[in-house]
Amino acid sequence: MIAPVNKIIDHSVVDGDGNRTAIFFQGCPFHCTYCHNPETICLCRHCGSCVSHCPTGALRLEEGRVVWEESLCVGCDSCLKACPYTSSPKVRELTVEQVLEQIDRNRPFIRGITCSGGECTLYAGFMTELFTRTRERGLTNLIDSNGTLDFSQADALMAVTDGVMLDLKCFDREAHIRLTGRDNDLVLQNALWLAGQGKLPEIRTVVIPGVLPNEETVEEVCKLLAPYQKVAPIRYKLIKFRPWGVREAYKSYPVPDDALMERLRAAAQSYGFNDLVVV
Amino acid sequence: MDLLQQKQSEALGIIQNPTLTHEQTMMALAKAGENLLDTPGVPEEYYQLAQAGMICDLKEGHAPYSPRYILPDYEKFFRQGSAFLRLDPPKNLHEAITSLLILYPHVPSVTHFPVYIGRIDKLLEPFITDEAEAKTLIKGFLLQIDRTVTDSFCHGNIGPEATRAGRIILECERELQNSTPNLTLLYDPAVTPDDFAIECAAAALDCAKPSFANHQMFLSELGENYGVASCYNGLPVAGGAYTLTRLILSKIAESASSKADFLERALPNTVDVMCRFMDAKIKFLVEETPFFRCNFLVKEGLIHRERFNGLFGMVGLCECVNTLMKLEGKEDRFGHSHEADALGVEIMNRIKAQVDAHKNPYCEFWNGSFMLHAQVGIETDKGTSPGTRIAIGEEIPLYDHLRQAGLFHKYFPSGTGDIFPFDSTSARNPAAILDIIKGSFQVGIRYFSTYSSDSDVIRITGYLVKKSDIAKLEQNQQVVNDTVALGMGAVHNSHILDRKVRSL
Repeated sequence: MIAPVNKIIDHSVVDGDGNRTAIFFQGCPFHCTYCHNPETICLCRHCGSCVSHCPTGALRLEEGRVVWEESLCVGCDSCLKACPYTSSPKVRELTVEQVLEQIDRNRPFIRGITCSGGECTLYAGFMTELFTRTRERGLTNLIDSNGTLDFSQADALMAVTDGVMLDLKCFDREAHIRLTGRDNDLVLQNALWLAGQGKLPEIRTVVIPGVLPNEETVEEVCKLLAPYQKVAPIRYKLIKFRPWGVREAYKSYPVPDDALMERLRAAAQSYGFNDLVVV
Repeated sequence: MDLLQQKQSEALGIIQNPTLTHEQTMMALAKAGENLLDTPGVPEEYYQLAQAGMICDLKEGHAPYSPRYILPDYEKFFRQGSAFLRLDPPKNLHEAITSLLILYPHVPSVTHFPVYIGRIDKLLEPFITDEAEAKTLIKGFLLQIDRTVTDSFCHGNIGPEATRAGRIILECERELQNSTPNLTLLYDPAVTPDDFAIECAAAALDCAKPSFANHQMFLSELGENYGVASCYNGLPVAGGAYTLTRLILSKIAESASSKADFLERALPNTVDVMCRFMDAKIKFLVEETPFFRCNFLVKEGLIHRERFNGLFGMVGLCECVNTLMKLEGKEDRFGHSHEADALGVEIMNRIKAQVDAHKNPYCEFWNGSFMLHAQVGIETDKGTSPGTRIAIGEEIPLYDHLRQAGLFHKYFPSGTGDIFPFDSTSARNPAAILDIIKGSFQVGIRYFSTYSSDSDVIRITGYLVKKSDIAKLEQNQQVVNDTVALGMGAVHNSHILDRKVRSL
């Protein structure tokens, strides 16, 4: 089985509990305006626009396909800026075996892996196979998702998944469509189902004052999920919008101040969310 | 200039040095006096090899009148009190702390300060009744140690079990941000609860202590009654080390004409001379000084001569290997090539075999032999990395680095260690750091130190120094802790502040 992988970070402290290897898959059904890594949204169309922008000759067109020579790449990201389709020529098509090989090099220093993206659940079959193999090794498996896969119907995947860290971008349906291009019906349904299963260790909301209905989202999400805190604790990560990596058109979104983050934290706390992380 | 004039000018130089405190002046004068003597029985070849920088006595005095490192049996002291110090066994926390603070200044060492202050959590735990009061007393205890033991080679141990005292000590150290005492968690993942070990990792990222010692590894070699003293030295409690001398492997390699010449001539010859040099020093201390007959620590059974050993130190394996590879016409570098690392292992095997074969009548604890020690370097070292460490500036990716270091830690029951600073993001997830430490023990790491890139207290090579104190000394201001001068030298000569910070 093969999936497009944007990158693998051997040690990450910000993708779930403990030290983990994080695998970032390519492709996402949402098109969030504020996306911090828009180059993970689309698959490469091999149009070749990026090739001439590479200062080190690490990219070339070969039989209609863009080829990336990793050893020549200096990581300047000129290709990402040149891409007209929010994609990246540096994506590798990897087998489960290849991903496992890299994970195995990181043992015994990691306690588990996290699949992220893009949207990793686009490759649920690949992940199921990968998670089965990592679980045999005593590693834990986390998913970082936008909630576009119906987890209640993904029995095989969930059987080998320890938890899903879910983005709850907007509670309001219309606002969610404006931000992501898609509604949030399935996202909220997933939140409830995962919380009920005790497999929702973390939820996240990115805060942009004046652009997103942040207060409403935090209030309503907390109301919805508070009853499930007793099934298994849910951490709420409130993320300040920052312009790093964001496309030019949306870079000027305002960055929230500490006072706003503090108000949101207090609001969540009032619903019994005690594990709150503001970053 | 004749010898007398030379010595007079040396003494005057010490007295007139504006950066020395009164205490530091006194100790420097004492050392100058001691060094008027020569150690009897030192092999002739020693002086030549010392002059060439291949053997270094670490500025130990010429006439050692007490052991270099002493680890008193503080548990026994608590059980029996001390006739010499006119102390009864303590009955409460206040008395326990007072007793320790009275005993510490009477524990000699090469620096004249105690290098081991005990398993302080276990010592104090039985006396804790009220936790708030205990915190006030323990914080004062730690503060007093920092301000009166003005030297960072002073080391306390905690763990492997979690205790209230242990948690209070961590809390206090994070509040105090002091360099002394140095602190080690005797860490056994099977015994130490995760939550306590995570607290230790969080504290380390906050104030550069504790370090994590591989308790299972030390236990299997030294037995239950051991402690970690000075920088990271594993030694028997109720004993210690007579002396520590070091091989400068980098310099020995520079004197060789080929790899074979190094392995067959230069190395074994220097190891032999150093063994005989250490024999002479130990013989003098044991036979010619009254220490092991008359000191109250011996008379009251807090230490036993049979539990002391000679430490055979070494530095610069990295540069040694690089030099030898070059002599072979190869560009391979230590830490970056299997062949270079394999040569490092071969050198260590040779040293171990020769040192194990050399017998000293006063080293009963280690089967009559000296213990190998990966010395952490001194402030004047240039182009010579501590022990078997990869040079600063040539670090490799974290997991590879730990596996490489793990090849060498097994050789050093009396201490070695590596330091891995992390960036401040990691402070939010100390559990991740603990995962890495647990993994490191599985690949052979004996001793793991960390600090965060924005700490004021940082680990120089083995000891701790406040960066703010170094800044003061650079302005020629006096600072209370004498180790700051060593830290400043190491920062200038060994580029300690350029150590690779790990981002996770």
